[in-house]
Parts: sequence; C-alpha cells; structure tokens
Amino acid sequence: MTAGATVPAAQSRRWRESDEARGLALISPTLLYAIALLLLPVMIVILYSFWSQDYLTIDRTFTLKNYQEALFQPIYRDLFLRSLSISLVVSVTTVLMAYPIAWYISFHGGRNKNLWLFLVTIPFLTSYLLRVLSWKVILGYEGVLNTGLMASGLIHEPITSLLYNSNAVVITLVHSWVAFAILPIYVSLEKIDRSLIEAGRDLGDTALQSLIRVVLPLSLPGVISAFLIVMIPTVGDYVTPKLVGGKDGVMIATAIQVNFGRAANWPLGAALSVTTMVLVSAAAGMIVLGFRALVRSVR
Amino acid sequence: MTAILSRVRWLPVYLTLFMVFLYFPILLLPLFSFNDAATASFPLTGFTTRWYTALAGNDVMLGAAWNSLVVGLTVSIITTLLAICAARAVTRYRFRGQRPATGLIMAPLFLPEIIVAVSLLIVVLQLGLQLSLLTIVLGQIVFCLPYSMSVLMAGFDGFDRSLEEASLDLGETAFGTFRRVTLPVVAPAILASLLVSFTVSLDEFILAFFLSGTSPTLPVYIWGQLRFAAKLPEVLALGSIMMVASVLLLSAAELFRRNAERRLQARESKS
Repeated sequence: MTAGATVPAAQSRRWRESDEARGLALISPTLLYAIALLLLPVMIVILYSFWSQDYLTIDRTFTLKNYQEALFQPIYRDLFLRSLSISLVVSVTTVLMAYPIAWYISFHGGRNKNLWLFLVTIPFLTSYLLRVLSWKVILGYEGVLNTGLMASGLIHEPITSLLYNSNAVVITLVHSWVAFAILPIYVSLEKIDRSLIEAGRDLGDTALQSLIRVVLPLSLPGVISAFLIVMIPTVGDYVTPKLVGGKDGVMIATAIQVNFGRAANWPLGAALSVTTMVLVSAAAGMIVLGFRALVRSVR
Repeated sequence: MTAILSRVRWLPVYLTLFMVFLYFPILLLPLFSFNDAATASFPLTGFTTRWYTALAGNDVMLGAAWNSLVVGLTVSIITTLLAICAARAVTRYRFRGQRPATGLIMAPLFLPEIIVAVSLLIVVLQLGLQLSLLTIVLGQIVFCLPYSMSVLMAGFDGFDRSLEEASLDLGETAFGTFRRVTLPVVAPAILASLLVSFTVSLDEFILAFFLSGTSPTLPVYIWGQLRFAAKLPEVLALGSIMMVASVLLLSAAELFRRNAERRLQARESKS
C-alpha cells in the first residue's frame, strides 16, 4: 500500500520539478488571461453568429440566416469585396514599399541598424487616430495639398477628388502600416547567410539574379508575415474609412459597428465579424500559396 | 558584395523619400497647432499659442487626460507583470503546448482590432458589467500583451542561466536569486516593456471606443471633437502634445532596451 503510494507521489514530484511543469505554471496566468479575454470572447461571437435577434431578446435556436444575409445581401457583399480589395492593395503596396527599406537597413545599415529601425517604427506606435487625422488635414477640400498647390499657382480650383474615396483610404492605410511591414522582412533578411550571396555572385549571378534567386526566396517567410500582418488587420479597419473614406470608402467594420450599436443586431454583427475573418484568412492563404509557387518557379 | 553595393545609389534616395512620406503628415499636426487660423490650410497666417491655452482650461479634456493616465498606468503594470511570466516561461523552459500558447497571446497582432473589441463588448454586456475605465483596462491588456512580450522575450533571450544556477548553488533562495541576480539583468527590458505598453494604451482607440462608458480616454475624446470643425485647432494642439509624449516615452524605452542588450552582451563575453 505504502510502496504503491510513494511511487506515483515521487513521480508527480519529479513532474512538478520538471521544465515542462515549471514552464506551464509560469505561463499559466498570462495564458488564462488570454483564454478568458480573447479566446472565449471570440468563441462567444462565433456562437452568437448562429443565433438570431428577436427584437430585444436573443433566439438561441441554431440558424444560418445571419450568414445568408452576410453573404448574399448586396450591401454586405459589396462591403466585403471592397474591404478585401482595399486590404489587398494596401498589403501589396506596403510590402513592395517596405522591402527596399528593410533591405537597405539590413545590408547597409552598418552600426546604425537599431537607430534606423527605431526611426521607422516610431510613427507606427504614435497615435493611429492622429495619423489618420493628419491625412484628412492633407487631403481635404481646403486642406494642405489643395491650398498648397493653389498658393504655388499650380492649380486654380481645389481638387475635389482627393478625400472621401477608397484611394484616400488606401493612402492612409499604407502610411499607417508600412513601418510595421518592415520589421518581419528585416528579421528574415538578417538571418540570411551572407556567404550564400557571395557564392552566387562568384559563380556568375548578376545582382538582379542574386536578388531573385537567393535573397528573395530566403526572405520569403518575412515577406509572407509582413503581408499577413498588414492584410488581416486592415480588412477590419474602422477609423480610416470613417474619417477619410466618405460614402465610397465605407468598409465592413462600419457595418459591424452599426450592428453592435444602433441597429442592435448582435447575431448579424457577429456573423459579419466571423465572415470577415474567414474571408480574409482564405484570401490571404491563397495569395501566400500563389506567391510561394511563383518564387519556386523563378528559382 | 561590392558589386551589389555599386548598384545601390538609388536606395538612399528612396530611403529619403520614404522618410519624408512617413514623417511629413505627422509633422503637420504640430505645425498647424501653432498656426493662427481656425482651419488647417496654407498659407500659414501667424504664430499663436492660444490653442494650447484653450486646452489648458478645458475641463472635459483634462478629465479625459486623467482617465488616460489611470488606464495607461494600470494597463502597463498588469500587462508587464503578465508578460514577464509568459516571456520567462517561453525563453527559459521548453514545454508542450508552448507554440499554441504563445500564438494565442500574440494573436491580437494578427486580428482586426474591431473583432477583439466587439467580442469583449458582448462578454462584458452579457455579464451585466457596466462599461467603465475598468473594461477599457481589461481589453487593452489583451491588446498590449504582444508588444510587451516582444520586448521582454528579446530581453530575456540569451540570459545566462548559469548565473542563476551559481547563485542557487551558493545558497541563495529562489526569490533571492530572482531579486539579486535575474532582476538586475532584465530590469531595463522590464522598464522598456512598461513604457511601450503605456504608450500603446495611451494611443489605443478602438477598444477604448467600444468599451468606454461615460468616461472617455484621450483618443475617444478626440474622436468626439472631430465632429466640430471649429474644434480642429485644439484637437491638433492636443494631438501634438500626445505625439511628443509618445515619442519621448518610446525613445526612453529604446534607450533601456539597448542598455539591456549591452548588459546581455557584456555577460556573454565574460562567460
């Protein structure tokens, strides 16, 4: 009896003193917090999306009608398409703009690498709301660009097409996110073994060939995470379309917000949120696969 | 390598243009906050500090600033404590479920913020809680954790474990070891995490917007003021102050972070 009891006791003590147990114990407060305030709430949103709003109460019978509405109502379909295409354009532009900067810092930053990274990320961490506001100030009818151009005599009438359309949304979002895209690309460029590039060059690669066949494929993970880290959050952006988008630049977040606010249709709002996530993940996944195939084929 | 170098003369030009694109819009806010006109347009009409004076007498704004300060301090302290545990766990130990656990904690970086916001809103209202500064704090901790984690994981990574083992072997208690060996080495990273999460909280809008009741934080207050065109100069003045504060806080964080890096390198070269 005693012998039988001490063996598991000793085992359990050994387990409690193992790396496994200590690691789990140490991470558990944070993990529990994230489970309680991130994972569970998101699960509840998914649950809600299968229920329906019955005036003031929630009807908890399983239904797909919210998804039917989200996917087939022209207004939501248009919002999804616009949100996806805006976030796609923004993420592609951001990655293209960020790559040379990341490359420059990694290969020619010298001792000032950290300083450059810091300078580039500062705007990302200072108020997002204020950055959007500054674009409203730039692009407005009586804004900086129009009044500046008129004062310099280049135009005589203010240009009306600057603000309140999807272009304004794209410009503002690119400005907001481009710094963030630099970091993952930079990290993957830093990991590249420089002797591989030299070897390729010694064997006769031109600079462009070296870029396409060595640097680009090896930095692909960074490019992909930069792409994802921009595309997924921007699809649900609320502030930018509200402030500079006007009627033509409305995105899906506005519809989500309306359903959780004034319209008070939580299940529909939930279904719109879930659909946004599913659509953007699917779109991003397909693009990543396509991009991988493309890089493999030029290699 | 030299052949690549010879091709890069266009890069500095692009880098300069890029920095202009990045900073020009941001620098406009302070510029117009000192301009003596009710609209933000060229040509500039003259220097004034009256928008700042008006701000100082604005009690609603001062209330929002106080709220932001309270929320920011609470968020940065709790976030950093939680992030210390998690960052230490993933840099010091190897355990099953480490990747999904880290993934979940870092997930807010990869999610549209509005989805985090509405899901928390549903839970808070379902539980019958009042929207208040507390609900903003609860939400912003989730949002700030990934930033704190990145700072702290970098700070803890490469920490020489033998120092702690030596301390324990010499008879120091686990707590004493933490306080007298571990903490001094990682302190700069912890300070950096506090500053970064405070800044992120100060500037965070979406969660504060959805989860605030009657008491707004500064970004929520600004959002409300944007409806009134006449308030724009004051908003620009407030925005300029917030930006300067953010830049100062982040610069301090960067200095601490570098200090941490240097300490780690010094330890490594000694060992």
